Formats: sequence, C-alpha cells, structure tokens
Amino acid sequence: MSFYLRRVAFYLVTLWAAISLNFLLPRLLPGDPAAIMLGKLRRASGGRPLSEETIEAITSILGAGKDMSLWDQYVAYWGRLLQGDLGVSSTRYPASVADLIAAALPWTIILVGVATVISFVLGIIVGAWVGWRRGTALDHLVPVTTVFQSIPYFWLALVLVAVFSVQLGWFPIVGGYDVFEFPAGPELSWAFVGSAIYHAILPAITIVLSSVGGWLLGMRNMMVSTMSEDYVVTAEAKGLTPRRVRTKYASRNAAIPSLAGFGIALGFVVAGSIVMEQVFSYPGIGKLMIQAVQGLDYALMQGVFLVITLTVLAANFFMDLIYGFIDPRVRHNG
Amino acid sequence: MDDSQPTLDRADDAYATGDDAPFQSPVSAEAVRETTREATATAAIAAARATRGGRFRHILPSRSGKLITGVVIVGLITLFGIFGPMIAQPPRDSSNEALQPPSAEHWLGTTKLGYDVFSQLAWGTQGSLFIGLVAGLVALFLAVVFGVFAGYFGGVLDEVLTLFTNIVLVIPGLPVVMVIAAYVQTAEGLGPLARSSLLVALVLGITGWAGSAVVLRAQARSLRTREYVAAARVAGEKPGRIIFVEILPNLVPLLAAQFIFGVIFAVLGEAGLSYLGLGPTGSITLGTMLNDAQTGQAVGTGAWWWFVPPGLIIAALGAGLSLINFAIDEVVNPKLRLAPENAKRQRRAAKAGKGVADTGAFA
Repeated sequence: MSFYLRRVAFYLVTLWAAISLNFLLPRLLPGDPAAIMLGKLRRASGGRPLSEETIEAITSILGAGKDMSLWDQYVAYWGRLLQGDLGVSSTRYPASVADLIAAALPWTIILVGVATVISFVLGIIVGAWVGWRRGTALDHLVPVTTVFQSIPYFWLALVLVAVFSVQLGWFPIVGGYDVFEFPAGPELSWAFVGSAIYHAILPAITIVLSSVGGWLLGMRNMMVSTMSEDYVVTAEAKGLTPRRVRTKYASRNAAIPSLAGFGIALGFVVAGSIVMEQVFSYPGIGKLMIQAVQGLDYALMQGVFLVITLTVLAANFFMDLIYGFIDPRVRHNG
Repeated sequence: MDDSQPTLDRADDAYATGDDAPFQSPVSAEAVRETTREATATAAIAAARATRGGRFRHILPSRSGKLITGVVIVGLITLFGIFGPMIAQPPRDSSNEALQPPSAEHWLGTTKLGYDVFSQLAWGTQGSLFIGLVAGLVALFLAVVFGVFAGYFGGVLDEVLTLFTNIVLVIPGLPVVMVIAAYVQTAEGLGPLARSSLLVALVLGITGWAGSAVVLRAQARSLRTREYVAAARVAGEKPGRIIFVEILPNLVPLLAAQFIFGVIFAVLGEAGLSYLGLGPTGSITLGTMLNDAQTGQAVGTGAWWWFVPPGLIIAALGAGLSLINFAIDEVVNPKLRLAPENAKRQRRAAKAGKGVADTGAFA
C-alpha cells in the first residue's frame, strides 16, 4: 500500500510544482505580461473599458504589480484555479479559456491516445520479434528505425501532406472535420464521426511513424538482453516450444521497462503532436497553444499549459499504477 | 580493450577474495595482490593483442560499422555547417529569381524571397549545430550535478535531487519551453540576449537534462559501492575528488551517450520551436528555414526543395548521432553485441551440420 501512497504523494508534489511554475514564470521573468494582456483585451473588446472582474482575473493569473505581496497573489491564484476560472482569451474574445480548452481537448486526447496505443503495441510486437531473431538480417531494421525517430514530427507531417494531400489528393489538407459539410461545428452523427476519422488518418500516421521506432528499439534491446538470462536457457532446456519461450518467458519480462518508460515517452509524443497540429490545423489543444503563444494570449497559454501538464501527469500516474500491478518488485523496493 | 574486459573482471574477483584471506599479514596480502594485479593485467593486455586480429575479429566489423557510419554522417554535416557558409553566397541575398527549382546555378533552388536554399541550408546547419552543442553541454552539466551527486552522496540530498529530477522529467518539456519563449519574447530587460540562439539553447538545455540525470544516478549509485571507491574514501580523499577522479572517468561512455541524446533533443526542440515562430530571430537555423517555408506556402505550391532539405539534415544528424550512441551502448552493455553474435554463430554451426539444434530460442 505504501507504494501507492508514495506515488500519490509524488504526483501531488509534481502538480503543485507545475502550478507554482505557472504562477512564477510571468512574475519572475522580465516584462509585464499582465499589462500586455489587458491591452490586448481592451482592443479585442473594441475600446470599451473592461469589467472589474476581468481585470481582476487577469491580474491574479499574470501578476498584479507592486501593490500586492507575492504571497497574497499566490493565494488568490490558487483560489481562482480551484474555481476552474482560467480567465478570458484575447485572441478569441470573449470566449473563456476554460470553454476553449474543453472544446479542443477531446480532439487531441483521442488522436494522440489512439495513435500512441497503436504505436506502442506495434513497437512491442515487432521489437519482440526482431529481438527474438537477433543476429539475422532483421538486425538492420534497428538503424532504419533510428532515422524515423530522428525525423521531426512536423516535418514528416509536411512531407505527408505534400505527397498524399497536395499531390495525390487522397486526404484533406487541413482541419479536424469537413467545415463546409458541418458549418455548425461538431455534432453527434455517423457522418461527422466519419469525416473526423478521415481527417485524423494522416495525423495519426505521422505520430505512429515517428514514435514507433523508439518502442521497437527499446523492446528489441531488452529482448536481446533477456534472451541471455538463465531462466530463458532453462525454459529452452526444459523443451518448451519456442513460441512459449518467446511469449511467456522472454517478451513478458522484456516489455516491463518499455511500460515503465511509457509515461515519460508520452511527454515527447505530446510535445511532438503540439507542433504537428499546426501543420494540419488540427482543432486540438496544440493548435490552441500555438494560437495563444503567437497572439501573446497569456491567459489562454497558461490555461493550455496547465491542462497539458495535468493530462500528462494523469497518464503517468495511471501507468505507474498499472506498472506497480504488473511488476511487484517496484511495490516492495521501488 | 573491450575484448580484455572479462579477463580484468576475473582479476577483480581474485583481488576481492584476496581481501578475505584470514591468515595473511596485511603487508604480504598487499604484495600478493600487487603481483596478481600486475600479472593479470599483463595477461589481459597480451590477450587483447592476441585477439585483436584473431578469435574475436568477427565482432569488430558490425560494431564499428555503426560507429563509422555515424561518425561519417555527423562529420560531414559538421563540416558542411563549418565550411558551407564560407563558400555559399550570402543567405539573405534576394537578388536571385524567386521560387526557382534546383538548377546548376542554385543547387537547391531559391525561396519565395529569392534566397538561395543551399546557402540558407549551410547557415541553418551551423545555427542548429551551435544550439545543439550549447544545449547539450548545459544539459550534461545539469545531469551530472543532479544525477551523479544524488547517486554518490545518497541520503537526504539524494531524495531532494531525485524528487526534483522526477518532477522535471514528467512535466512535458516543449510546452514549458514555449511558455518561457512567449514570455521572454516581450521582455525588455534582456537586451541583445532576448531571442538569441544562445538563449534558445540555454532554455532547451535547462529543460532537457532530467532523463540523463536518472541514468547517471543509477550508474553512480552502483559505482559508489565498488571497492576502489571505498578504498579512495578510506584513504581520506575528499568527496569532490572521488567524484571527479574516481567516478566520472568510469562514466565517460554514459556521459558521451547522454550528451548525444542532449544534442538530438535540442536540435529537434529548436526545429519545433522555430517552426512555430518562437526560435531565435537574428540567426538562421534549420527550424527557421522550415518556418519560412511554412509562411511562404511551400507545401501548397509544391516547392519541395524549400522544406525537404532542412528536415533531411535534421533526420540525418539525428540518425548519425543515434548510430554513435548504439556503438557506445554495445560497449557499455556487451549483451547487446554478444547475444546476436552467438545466435549467428550457432545458426551457422547448425547449418554446417555440427549437431547443434537449429530450432528454438537460440537459433
């Protein structure tokens, strides 16, 4: 039980650190983001004076000058956060940051989630096979995968768009669904889901292609190491079928480090897909982040950063729990 | 020298047993140990010499094949980055015709503004390499501080440093970099440093060290318990000296591997950041080239010569560096090298009908 308690404590501390970082960055770095943000909001609202409430929201998020101590600001910041109030966006005035994020988050979670699971499963299966057939021509797959791993996600996306969308016209160039067919926005119908899936194919292929190499390589190397363990030799000497040795003895143990690294690798996938969403103009959280950063919409940027961090932490936490279940050793002395 | 590793290990074992021999006076034990050590060392060197061209020769090509390929790729790109800018025309010379496909005059064509892509590529490679190197060094330094110190000292310091490392590790890096870049963009207090390559490199280095620190900590923890470190401690060496003289030299392969990871991470990170328009403003990097291509509608107009080369350079650089890392990996973890070799040898023996099973896990 203490394993789970320790994990919960760790993620609570990390959450606190991430939120505090979010609080401190605009206040400690030079410059006055609150003033810039308020100026932008004033322009967005057409020169009308902003309501007291909006000003208060922005200053509590981005820093309130000298008349308030840092500690009081910190308390106010937490207060707003716990109410789920992330301020107002200036680039999409007068939409609230929370609403914008709520609309964008499902796109990214579904796309990145499905693509990552496909990539992980594919990498583990192929990696186990390549590791099993070590010393054969399959070993040459290893350097090939590193090339894929070193390709920037967004550049691969550019190339895929140039070839399959612009040249061949097989896939749509931009967007998450057909905006002409569904001008009112997302709706719950088969036609819409079909359109969304059709638009998600190229982005998903991009994520799978650029992340599968890492899983494959890690699994292959672990498989090669595991295959020289004594218990594998014993299993072989007992006369078990190769299939059984491969699946029940070697693969299961070789996959453990990959599972442990899953959460951390997820951070890279998320980072990669943020930039990739820009290429496809995918209506997800990454696109929102880029919009915020480019338009210096600090409130939106902070909110999106917070949500991305929260999501990655939640995924990590979930993987940790599964990992503790799969590998009892970490529960006892991890 | 790798071939002699097993022999040396065995020598260490003998040495360790010598320690426990109960009835020897310390002086004679010391003498015996000294002789054993010398003898085994000589034997090891002799064995290494003998095997270099002999028994283990078949190990070398595949291992150094990766290394050589990697070094050649990285070397060529580095040379291109150093000398390319000297021979190419100025990268922002807009007197050329716009959007020309590759030709004898412009090897890689021109951009929408008439810049020569080859020249941009040369300068961009230089810019990206600079950022990669600086960020890699910063990340390595931080990883040593957080990883090796935590692993060596243990206790409360270890707890604190490891907690911090793990926090940095799970907070996704690129969003943090984007947020910092966005704030720094408008800051006035930084002067010429604001949005320079150096600042971008520093930010990438500061966010990219945690993974390396975890690896280094694990290794430092294991090295801490070795006899020679204990001996150094008993001899009264200061912790700083033990870390820098006894432990760090044994971490060199790992340090090199982590530095290479750091460089790859930084080059890819810079490309992403610049592509989003958050990169260095003054200088040209491979990422800013891709950003220009994006804003210039290169994909929509089919100007492949504009956006394909920078990505290829990044991919080739990353692949070359990873290949070098593989070679290091196989030295650090001999199982990775020996197991495929053994499997191959066994399969060959089975094929030659030497009575070895040709099915099952080891074939």
